[in-house]
Amino acid sequence: MNHIYDMIIIGGGPAGYTAALYAARAGLDTVLIERLAAGGQMTLTGTIDNYPGFEEGIDGFTLGMKMQQSARRFGAKTVYAEATAVDFSEKVKKISTSGEHFLGKTVVISTGADPRELGLPNEKALTGKGIHYCSHCDGGFYRDKSVIVVGGGNSAAADALYLSRLAAKVCIVHRRDTLRASKVYQEPLEKAGNIRFVWNSTVSDLIADEKVTGVKIRNRITDCVTSVNCDGLFISIGRRPASGFLSGHVKLDPDGYIAADESTRTSIPGVYAAGDIRTKALRQIVTAVSDGAVAVHYAEEYLAENP
Amino acid sequence: MSVFSVNKNNFHSAETSEKLVLLDFYADWCGPCRMVSPFIDEIAEENPQYFVGKINVDQEPELAQTFGVSSIPMLVVMKHGKIVLQSSGAKSKAEILAMLEE
Repeated sequence: MNHIYDMIIIGGGPAGYTAALYAARAGLDTVLIERLAAGGQMTLTGTIDNYPGFEEGIDGFTLGMKMQQSARRFGAKTVYAEATAVDFSEKVKKISTSGEHFLGKTVVISTGADPRELGLPNEKALTGKGIHYCSHCDGGFYRDKSVIVVGGGNSAAADALYLSRLAAKVCIVHRRDTLRASKVYQEPLEKAGNIRFVWNSTVSDLIADEKVTGVKIRNRITDCVTSVNCDGLFISIGRRPASGFLSGHVKLDPDGYIAADESTRTSIPGVYAAGDIRTKALRQIVTAVSDGAVAVHYAEEYLAENP
Repeated sequence: MSVFSVNKNNFHSAETSEKLVLLDFYADWCGPCRMVSPFIDEIAEENPQYFVGKINVDQEPELAQTFGVSSIPMLVVMKHGKIVLQSSGAKSKAEILAMLEE
């Protein structure tokens, strides 16, 4: 309890473990607090092709383990617990988990984001029973079946492509009239042959007995509601920052991301935000690891001025 | 106790166990399953009062179907062959233990 770390890192995704690597390698006494296991959102991805250095691609779980081991090599330790409360009112900052308190001179927050839910009443009860947030994990259960992908960004496009190779039919429901997904996805989506698009529409209701059997889709322009049968629904409508426990302790932007510029410095001196949790234009593994390194750079500067 | 590798031929030992049974439906290629896997191992080692088994859904599609698995990792708590609780998605060790203590 009385031990004061140089740096406490909350969250063991790519941003967190890069911060841990840089901090430990620079000789800082570092602890990383992780709720589940190394990797964060990366573990929901099958093959990662846009993280340089892996010419064949690499799966997210393995990359997370490698990042953890890189940091461990220099002495960064991991505590498996969920950070539930923070206290930044004193110069020595306090992070609480269900069983323990950790004290640190600096804090890097890299708690990332969780998949955003549709917000429909029976959605939670049906999760895993036709409602899914990880196409790579659960797509295999929909071989030759009919699925709906909700969303229009890169993740939704990647999900639809992956599912089109397994399922008989894939339907993309998107609230706008074009995809936001980048061009690399457009052609494969059109070529797949079993993907159809429902534009300007949202899922307004889930139809289910034990499992999802269909959805109601509402056209945002005509307000027309149609029922569509499906075996499963994959929701890919973006992310929600995991910042609930920080509210009132550090400045957040209106969407709940931590307000910090490219320096990763937050409204509290000595507290940094790295990775998807930070206000930023591009949320990628490479930008997350970059944040991790930058956060340690400014933390070292802070520690030099505030020994 | 170490984790029991459950398949359709030895499933009866889970079904008829006097102990509270924890089953982990997983696949090797599933990231969140691999996150949960070491917790399952630890729970088995540390809690001899539970019967802890893992079921590979690729190798045991019939068992996966019997349990209606359509999302992995899926954890099932069973007592005297009856399902008490089931839940899909990655969980922390504390959350899994809470499922067993419920």
